[in-house]
Amino acid sequence: MAVVAAPKPSEESNAKTTNQPNTITLRIARSNPSEGQESAFSEFQIPVQKWTTVLEAILYVKQNLDHSVAVRYSCRQASCGSCGMKINGRPALACYTKISELNSNIITVEPMNNFPIIRDLAVDFKQLIANHKKMKPFIIREDSEVTSESKEFIQTPQDLEKFLQFSYCIKCGLCNSACPTMATDTSFIGPQGLAQAYRYVADNRDKGKDDRLKIIDDSHGIWRCHFAGSCSHVCPKGVDPAMAIQLLRGYLLGFKK
Amino acid sequence: MAERLSNREGIKGMANPTRYGIERVAYWLQRLTGLGLLAYLIGHIYETSTIVNGKIAWDKMLEFTQTPQGHIFLTLVIGMCVFHTANGIRVMLGHGGIGVGKPGQPEYPYKAASLNYKQRLCIWVSIALAALAMMYGASVLFGD
Ligand code: HEM
Ligand code: SF4
Ligand code: FES
Repeated sequence: MAVVAAPKPSEESNAKTTNQPNTITLRIARSNPSEGQESAFSEFQIPVQKWTTVLEAILYVKQNLDHSVAVRYSCRQASCGSCGMKINGRPALACYTKISELNSNIITVEPMNNFPIIRDLAVDFKQLIANHKKMKPFIIREDSEVTSESKEFIQTPQDLEKFLQFSYCIKCGLCNSACPTMATDTSFIGPQGLAQAYRYVADNRDKGKDDRLKIIDDSHGIWRCHFAGSCSHVCPKGVDPAMAIQLLRGYLLGFKK
Repeated sequence: MAERLSNREGIKGMANPTRYGIERVAYWLQRLTGLGLLAYLIGHIYETSTIVNGKIAWDKMLEFTQTPQGHIFLTLVIGMCVFHTANGIRVMLGHGGIGVGKPGQPEYPYKAASLNYKQRLCIWVSIALAALAMMYGASVLFGD
């Protein structure tokens, strides 16, 4: 049986001093475009521990200092894709970024770029969702139902590995906000959508490859990607959209069947 | 206004190479050198076409390439040319899905396989080749 010893008083006081809350300055970009309110920063002093996340710091503001800060979040564990924002200049999930890893006493949070601002940190995902849907994010085949005559769709672990990582996308939009093409092209499908096109094309149960290749072979489609890799730099789930896009382009260029 | 509402980064964000690693720097350099080479090509056609204005105009043009400013300019063109070609080959292969890594189970901390050491090495080699070519070019140009 494991024995857990209670910390000796001396150790306990020691732990207290090392875990002493630090105070940081949290700067939140505030704006309300529909009311014509320009962006301005609100500053707050926040006590933080070494495990405090940026989202927790923002929620501290909402609970104790200014409840009107607009922020979208849900799972607090990098699963729902709601809390993407620009943290000290780089797109990241607020719930997945610890203050201590930023090595700064001033934390600036701003809404993600390349998404219209709704208010403060909350941005509009209409375009991302529309582009995601355009990629037909589902298995396409005639015999989609398993009947008593047909067999299950067999997939080996190797078959699975071909698309698994791309299916981990949580639609947080960080990739789209880091993408240099997205920065200037308002109609670009974006790394999120293109990676999802590949996720289904690479799935051996799917028969919709030609459909999807036609959709992405567009003037604002896959050819606008210059492989700058910024999407993969910021993706919090290891999806690696840049790889998916280049592999997808391999089909269109005839490098792959 | 529309720009502000959509919160797009715009050209300033597109052309900011500081935030997303060496791959974004390579993207930026490829654009810059591509545009630089295009400008050079146009200038070059203009320069060589001065010969239709007679020998004097042609010699005047040639004189510029003999000045220190001209040497520096040509050295830059050499560097742009070498980087753009070497990195361009990396990018073309990458665009075909070659050397961008293999899909697999992502493991924490989720380092992207497409941003692999081969890609980074090729970028650094392109930069190094450009630097070497510039040094050699400058030594020839200035060393007469
Ligand atoms: C053998 C030599 C060359 C190779 C291998 C090469 C390769 C490339 C590649 C792969 C790209 C696309 C990069 C991307 O997708 O972002 C590119 C872009 C470009 N290249 Fe070249 N290139 C070469 C020579 C030239 C020359 C001589 C010029 C100028 C006259 C030039 C001008 C450009 C321009 C303006 C761009 C567009 C830049 C951009 O959109 O980012 N290239 N080159
Ligand atoms: S690919 Fe990555 S960064 Fe892009 S939306 Fe999906 S999880 Fe987010
Ligand atoms: S709150 Fe769900 S991803 Fe951050």
